[in-house]
Amino acid sequence: MKIKDIQNQIVEEFDIFDSWMDKYEYLIELGKSVPIISPSNKKDDNIIKGCQSKVWLHADIDNGFVKFYADSDAVITKGIISLLIRAFSNQKPKDIIEAKMDFIDKIGLRQHLSPNRANGLNNMIKKIKFYAIAFSKTN
Amino acid sequence: MQVLKNIESIRNDFPILNTKVNGNQLIYFDNAATSQTPNCVIDSISDYYKNLNSNIHRGVHKLSQLATEKYEDSRRKFKEHLNANCTSEIIFTSGTTHSINLVSNGFIEFLNEGDEIIVSQLEHHSNIVPWQMLCEKTGAVMKVIPMNEQGELKVSEFLKLLNNKTKIVFINHVSNALGTINPIETIIEKSHAIGAAVLIDGAQAAPHFEIDVKKLNVDFYVFSAHKLCGPTGVGILYGKKEWLEKLPPYQGGGEMIDEVSFEKTTYAELPNKFEAGTPNIAGVIASGIGLDYINNIGLKNIKEYEDYLLDYATSKLKEIEGVKVYGESKNKTSVISFNIGEIHPYDIGSVIDNLGIAVRTGHHCAQPIMDYFNIPGTIRISFCFYNTIEEIDFLINALKKAIKMLS
Repeated sequence: MKIKDIQNQIVEEFDIFDSWMDKYEYLIELGKSVPIISPSNKKDDNIIKGCQSKVWLHADIDNGFVKFYADSDAVITKGIISLLIRAFSNQKPKDIIEAKMDFIDKIGLRQHLSPNRANGLNNMIKKIKFYAIAFSKTN
Repeated sequence: MQVLKNIESIRNDFPILNTKVNGNQLIYFDNAATSQTPNCVIDSISDYYKNLNSNIHRGVHKLSQLATEKYEDSRRKFKEHLNANCTSEIIFTSGTTHSINLVSNGFIEFLNEGDEIIVSQLEHHSNIVPWQMLCEKTGAVMKVIPMNEQGELKVSEFLKLLNNKTKIVFINHVSNALGTINPIETIIEKSHAIGAAVLIDGAQAAPHFEIDVKKLNVDFYVFSAHKLCGPTGVGILYGKKEWLEKLPPYQGGGEMIDEVSFEKTTYAELPNKFEAGTPNIAGVIASGIGLDYINNIGLKNIKEYEDYLLDYATSKLKEIEGVKVYGESKNKTSVISFNIGEIHPYDIGSVIDNLGIAVRTGHHCAQPIMDYFNIPGTIRISFCFYNTIEEIDFLINALKKAIKMLS
């Protein structure tokens, strides 16, 4: 499925919920199925800076498709990273680099994010892009 | 209790308390970060720019004279509030951090390689990092007073650290993360006995109780106006005259000079020596108004009421399963740092923010404390005299909702 279509799907899913509470609960639920980073990759080098909680992100490439793995010690952050991984995992580096990242705004989550969280979100997106750029050069 | 009786009238003085956040009435429990601002302070700033704006100390025209009078009147207010000897001992800076940097920078002249300086494990980063920088420049060594499980300093360990190489001791009067009130009288006495100077970071103390610098015999005492209902951008540095005369200027420029030539420049007397450039004139004047506001209520009344809020909130919090409170010294201000089970404090803070409740989560610029407890951070609630029991009840219910969502 194309990145744009996955993003639209995610936005539609969150649209069902009116209240922030329901959106949060759904986000937390989604976080439970994030592809978990391996213990060997759960190290300081893979921590995303700027998040108040700890967020680890790692990627590898398999047959030309980037696969992301993550974890966090906070459930809301885990939910946020799971959305990003759902949109960008199993995609080609070029598609990730060219993809727009504004679907998180459309969910209405950014307004609920404190500056710390928003910075963390920006850094998560940056890291995803950096991985894609790195893989596009080695591929 | 007097404050309780007119709490509604006090709350009406703070327009921001009527704000809605995420559709809910704001409940502001982040007063350790900054206190809210009463109308009289807001009006003072507005009035300054409407009727008084003029650079101080240098003009012969009327506005300049009036602005100077009000600025210096503020200095006098803080001098009296602290019971300092003279107004020259009161320096206005941009905040506690600036004040600490001013003093630590000055100590470059007095430290040699191998000299020792003493910090505590309870410090805010602003009272750690400037001194680390000083050690890097001078080769001095920093020693750390350890804390205990109750969030108190181990005074017996402090006494072992003191020796004839100790040049300065710098600790907070009250811990911003835990609320512990430190035994600074003992620390000052023992430090002076071996010839060391003492700087006390009073940022979290000054809003809650009276400070008498003469009685304390402290060498430097620093705090910020914005935690005392004043505006941001103003710090108050008290220094004993003999120390301020010894310290070199921190910033060079206008105002802090006596005579300037390319061959030689001489410096102004106190306090101007440390107030280079155009200060935050509106802010300093308004800070004095904020101080008046607090003194009208009375710090004894404030402390009594805040202790009541602290006791109530602590007991209600402890009724929630899984709550762990950090820093349970018998002697503390109205700050509670806690966690709930294994839930990340950030998650709790996020959820209750949606209910209009402002708390601080994280390490509170006190990472050594978090490292001691081996935790990523805490949820911190910190009260002011405009908070109410009803707000605490709302918080407790909000926490229960958050726990349900996050478990």
